[in-house]
Amino acid sequence: MYAQMVKTDAKGVKTLEEMSPEERAFQERVDRGEKIEPKEWMPEGYRKTLVRQIGQHAHSEIVGQLPEGNWITRAPTLERKAILLAKVQDEAGHGLYLYCAAETLGVSRDELMEKLHNGSMKYSSIFNYPTLNWADIGAVGWLVDGAAIMNQVPLQRTSFGPYSRAMIRICKEESFHQRQGYDIMMKMAKGTPEQRAMAQDALNRFWYPSLMMFGPSDKDSVHSAQSIAWKIKINTNDELRQKFVDQTVPQAEYLGLTIPDDNLRWNEEKGGYDFSEPDWSEFFEVIAGNGPCNKERLGARVKAWEDGAWFREGLMAHAEKHGKRQAA
Amino acid sequence: MSSQWPLWEIFIRGQHGLNHRHVGSLHAPDAEMAIRNARDVYTRRNEGVSIWVVKSADITASSPSDKGPLFEPSNSKVYRHPTFFDIPEEVGHM
Repeated sequence: MYAQMVKTDAKGVKTLEEMSPEERAFQERVDRGEKIEPKEWMPEGYRKTLVRQIGQHAHSEIVGQLPEGNWITRAPTLERKAILLAKVQDEAGHGLYLYCAAETLGVSRDELMEKLHNGSMKYSSIFNYPTLNWADIGAVGWLVDGAAIMNQVPLQRTSFGPYSRAMIRICKEESFHQRQGYDIMMKMAKGTPEQRAMAQDALNRFWYPSLMMFGPSDKDSVHSAQSIAWKIKINTNDELRQKFVDQTVPQAEYLGLTIPDDNLRWNEEKGGYDFSEPDWSEFFEVIAGNGPCNKERLGARVKAWEDGAWFREGLMAHAEKHGKRQAA
Repeated sequence: MSSQWPLWEIFIRGQHGLNHRHVGSLHAPDAEMAIRNARDVYTRRNEGVSIWVVKSADITASSPSDKGPLFEPSNSKVYRHPTFFDIPEEVGHM
């Protein structure tokens, strides 16, 4: 999931009887499956939670360009380079759709950037891991984009109109991302022994961080219950993680690669795989800023923002001057 | 002095959750009247749940004759389409 552990400010989910008339009318619209649009009344908690969630999602798209961008100049062929460039370009586009959806809630782009840069808003934990060999680019497309799709497909039905429409656009474009990743994995897995080893190494390193993308088990979380009532979250973290594992295991088998989990086995009764939980202490460390690449990633974003300031200001000055000349 | 009302472009959201779509234009003295007129001109059969009006003069459009060079860059990038990659059936939907 690109948005992890989004707080709702809720102390518990109110029943319809406990709600004010406005809140009740709002909840009933959400329950009927109606979309909420920016200028309509909404509970303050709904608005704030959505700003956090959509903002975190947007930041993830933008920061997510960095681990893959690392390989644009190192791609093994011109074709792979062009494909990777197109993929990273898509991620920038996805970030922009999402920032615009967040801005309809009354927050400015600059505020969101400021909060990313000062660490008060997060991005997905997954992008704090390094991409060490070319197979990592395959693993990122296959696993990371695969996990993102798992999360984003149900969010197309989310209750907030602009978020839902951004998700619909994004989902249309994600299939390319996952397939190009799997295509790289197929090449590597069927290649030389060295290439096979790289593919297995990439799977070993990205498996558990990918499972962490869905966030910790949220069976008992107040935030999760409130978000599900508001339909800004459609499935629990555990449901999505299970679906992801069930989908991914046969894909790994086809590649002839081994999922790094001795406890992985088919459970006939539940109709899904049993699997090991990731190391959640590692997850909380990465979220707290202590992952392998947190400083590098945030540093790169802040540097890009600061180094680009003169250019943004220059274009604005030009537009103002040009506007005055036309008015005169 | 010309007293012709300005032209407005009308966008209607047909159903909850969908994008507003351009349906046409009309003349009106101000934005509020444009919305009222749009209701009468474009939603007489209950076609919408919401109306946007934008002054036509405020819209900047690309020129249809520039279509070739404007959109050319994406023509050569067939790999942006998922079907560019052959994924074996036994792997499942991707």
